[in-house]
Amino acid sequence: MNGLVKQRVAGGILRRGLATASQTPRLKTFKIYRWNPDKPAEKPRLQSFQVDLDDCGPMVLDALLKIKDQQDSSLTLRRSCREGICGSCAMNIGGRNTLACLCKIDQDHKKETKIYPLPHMYIIKDLVPDLTNFYQQYKSIQPYLQRSTFPADGKEVLQSVADRKKLDGLYECILCACCSTACPSYWWNQEQYLGPAVLMQAYRWLVDSRDQAGAIRKNMLQNSMSLYRCHTIMNCTRTCPKGLNPGLAIAEIKKAIATD
Amino acid sequence: MLLQLGLNGCYRGVVRPSVIARASRTLGKRFNSQAVKTTFEKEHEILVAQRGNRPVSPHLTIYQPQLTWYLSSLHRITGVILGSGFFAVTIAFGISTLFGLGLNTENLKNYYKEKVPAWADWTAKGTAAYFFAFHFGNGIRHLIWDTGKELTIKGVNRTGIVVLALTAIGGTALLFK
Repeated sequence: MNGLVKQRVAGGILRRGLATASQTPRLKTFKIYRWNPDKPAEKPRLQSFQVDLDDCGPMVLDALLKIKDQQDSSLTLRRSCREGICGSCAMNIGGRNTLACLCKIDQDHKKETKIYPLPHMYIIKDLVPDLTNFYQQYKSIQPYLQRSTFPADGKEVLQSVADRKKLDGLYECILCACCSTACPSYWWNQEQYLGPAVLMQAYRWLVDSRDQAGAIRKNMLQNSMSLYRCHTIMNCTRTCPKGLNPGLAIAEIKKAIATD
Repeated sequence: MLLQLGLNGCYRGVVRPSVIARASRTLGKRFNSQAVKTTFEKEHEILVAQRGNRPVSPHLTIYQPQLTWYLSSLHRITGVILGSGFFAVTIAFGISTLFGLGLNTENLKNYYKEKVPAWADWTAKGTAAYFFAFHFGNGIRHLIWDTGKELTIKGVNRTGIVVLALTAIGGTALLFK
């Protein structure tokens, strides 16, 4: 009996020992876009970092924070909620715009992963793009309820269940700008074209049965640039990390204006 | 730096100065910062100067190849090439008629038969056939989209593959007709 226990313990230690000894770190290379505003003469470059996948969380954001913590604290990125609800960590990972916190690391450690900031944006530093224009565009569509009359009892503006249902798939947008910066039309015309994210919000207020400014809203989009630079490329829908469909929303606006 | 100033401001009079000095020294060392006095206006000037230097992040060259934007660019490219070909020929005919330069279908046909080698003939016909088949098919795809249908990633992929298949079949049919 005693011998059996000893044997088991020894065997366990041996197994554990061997398991640890035979384990080599699974080092994966991340190539990350770097640009420092304090050294503007230096061109943007890709910097390689190696992260042991066995000692890192499953998401790309985990790897980025690990690099920032342990290798280079000057690596700059936006992040906040780490669960895909704030939209801060939007970036281009492996050629595709997504949220770093919702993007799993490709577990093949021999393949390197390239991380760029959102495409065709002015870069403040490293992975941080300037979203001022994007937010201004959002502001320009007046993203709030507009009414000329209110219920006599001074209480809620009511809405039927069917009308409320029309807002599903629109209101969930977190304005991370993944879709807009995936759109080639937005790349070439972002001063004038509103882009998929903002247009989907424009549609969200257009279909809201409680809103009474529909005619003004449509009129604001009646020009060659704001809306009609959309050529149904559908990169927006393909890339949305929340699984929404801005391309369809834009098509619905076009239909609504055409059949007005 | 801000932290240092803030601490100095807050705790003066409560804690002995030597303690503050020591604390701020360690803090300074820790954050590797140096105290620089500045104003809001100066900070703003630095910000404006930085804005001028900001690079545009890479786009076309780094974005993942996807059926969505590859077919869209193909639609644009085929449209431009087919359009330029069409306009080149019609405008040439128009100008020739206007100034009496003598270009007509008869001598264009003769020139083509005598001077244009077989490979160039096949290239021109192949380009026209496949480009036209694709542009036509994708045009119909756009008309379907305009009605609000097939506007999901599934629909986009499905219709895209159908258009590519029709291009292969229709283009070949046009080429060997």
